[in-house]
Amino acid sequence: MKEDPGYYDYWPYEDRPPIRWPNGARVAFWVAPNIEYYELAPPANPLRTPWPHPTPPVPGYSIRDYGNRVGHHRQMNLLDKYGIRASVSLSVAVCDHHPEIVAMCRDRGWEIFSHGIYNTRYTYGLSEEQERAMIRDSMESIHRHTGQKCAGYLAPALSHSEHTLDLFAEVGTELFGDEGGFYTCDLFHDDQPTPIRVRSGKRFVSVPYSLEMNDTIVYAVNKVEPRHYLTMLRNNFDRLYQEGAESGTVMCIPTHSYQVSCPHRMRVFEEALEYITGHSDVWVTTGREIAEYYLAHYHDAVTSDIRARQDGRAS
Amino acid sequence: MSLEDNYLEYPHRRYGYDHDYYAWSMLHQRPRITWPGGKPLALWLNVSVQFFPLNQRGVPFKVPNGMTMPYPDLRHFSLREYGNRVGIYRILKALDRYGATPTFAINTQVAERVPYLRDRLVERGNEILCHGWNMDHLHYGGQDPDEEAALVQRAVGRLRDLTGQAIRGWLSPAKVHSPGTPRFLAENDIQWFGDWVNDDMPYPFNAGPGQLYVLPLSTELEDQFILCNNLHSEISWAQQVRDAFDFLLEEAREQGGRLLALNIHPWLLGQPHRIRYLEEVLEYITCGGHVWNAPAGEILDSFRNQQQEP
Repeated sequence: MKEDPGYYDYWPYEDRPPIRWPNGARVAFWVAPNIEYYELAPPANPLRTPWPHPTPPVPGYSIRDYGNRVGHHRQMNLLDKYGIRASVSLSVAVCDHHPEIVAMCRDRGWEIFSHGIYNTRYTYGLSEEQERAMIRDSMESIHRHTGQKCAGYLAPALSHSEHTLDLFAEVGTELFGDEGGFYTCDLFHDDQPTPIRVRSGKRFVSVPYSLEMNDTIVYAVNKVEPRHYLTMLRNNFDRLYQEGAESGTVMCIPTHSYQVSCPHRMRVFEEALEYITGHSDVWVTTGREIAEYYLAHYHDAVTSDIRARQDGRAS
Repeated sequence: MSLEDNYLEYPHRRYGYDHDYYAWSMLHQRPRITWPGGKPLALWLNVSVQFFPLNQRGVPFKVPNGMTMPYPDLRHFSLREYGNRVGIYRILKALDRYGATPTFAINTQVAERVPYLRDRLVERGNEILCHGWNMDHLHYGGQDPDEEAALVQRAVGRLRDLTGQAIRGWLSPAKVHSPGTPRFLAENDIQWFGDWVNDDMPYPFNAGPGQLYVLPLSTELEDQFILCNNLHSEISWAQQVRDAFDFLLEEAREQGGRLLALNIHPWLLGQPHRIRYLEEVLEYITCGGHVWNAPAGEILDSFRNQQQEP
């Protein structure tokens, strides 16, 4: 085990070279619905227990199924209304279990990225070759079902190994060259994209996803009242919008339809989307587009800036 | 040391579900349902009448909001009993004030232990459904099937004897059940249950040789979850229910009938400082004439009758 994963160097949030998003936008705003499948009776994992109840785990399984049977369509209606193309974090087994959902995403022009096979199959305990095979399966499945060259990764159930990002980048290159496997949602160290060091040397980016704005963290872990979630979302946006006048920021709302699409929570989600998209200088975009734009315009300059600062401090 | 390769095998990765309990479909793609009187929204107002024994065994887990202190946990025992002595009567008064129709989910042991309350509820004529034996007799995977079969038979049969009602519905204590529970329910002529919270409409459920229906009784919106699990205020609970009502009403107008299934507990909302929020919710829901507030079984009957249309 390492003390530090070594993906990025320290880079303070002041005096950075400014980011300018397309059309002078201050905030790159993206919505990342997690479309997941949790198995009723997953195999045991030595490091993490999937369900708190014996099989069948009716409470946990059935509310997640609510997201698939009821919630995604609701969320899609809402995102359509506000002109938001989402970036889907997909348990790719949904392509097999519920292909209609994947088709609805594909037909909307939404981005699909990998969230593993099932959200009940963890990375913990996998060998490097096993993890590579799992990641490859996920990226090939997305390509087979949507034609998309998967660009991003959020590890299943946010379970990682020391090699997760390296493997994702490598499999992306094997399958799609530079057109796939170039950003991660797994790191929460910044409000702007940052270059990530992977062992192949591939140009690779962390795109700010968010735990703090993630509906499941907010509702199920922190047990926040729906109306306070709206306050949090507005405050988060307001500050990023203000700071984005100097250098572009990223705001992400990661969602789960079994949380945000419950009837008592739809109103506040809608109000948040209306508020955010009602601002003029917002780039409503996708994870892939943020990563591509950053790679095209800022990745190399930022890498140099970070190196210069490291060298400056060392000298 | 790494995991066996079968950790990456997925025998149930196929169309539909990884089980055979019910069929896959999305709510918005199903045929429109119309409730009686042309109302967009059906309201199942479920009052859970429960007994939490002092000598809780906690098998296979301690039921949420049961005993938590060393024996004898008098604080939690008596505070839950408060619901059956005081809270329920406050709630009945509120329901009647707004002309609301409740359905009572009763632990059979309450009907046995508290004949006054049982008779009071029976005389009202509202539908009663079986909520298991008590809150410490959970149904769970790994339970001895013979033991569970006898438990279901006792809970359902005894409640029928004590109430004189047909008892068509079931709600498992803590909404957990074993792989065999649906079959045991069907064998005891139970027609529907509320444990699965995966929909906003009823749907058919395979119970081995028999068939059940699920009427999903929302957990996320119930008083117990919002107040005791999420630690939100009763003010927030009322707001969340109003928001849910508004949203489902709108969706029902656009897409066809929806079910608002609201579960409440006399030991919670029956408290003096909370009852007014139940009253506010009842007033809000009943005032516009948009709701068909019916016994749960009648909601299912209406749904089933429309399923059988050609």
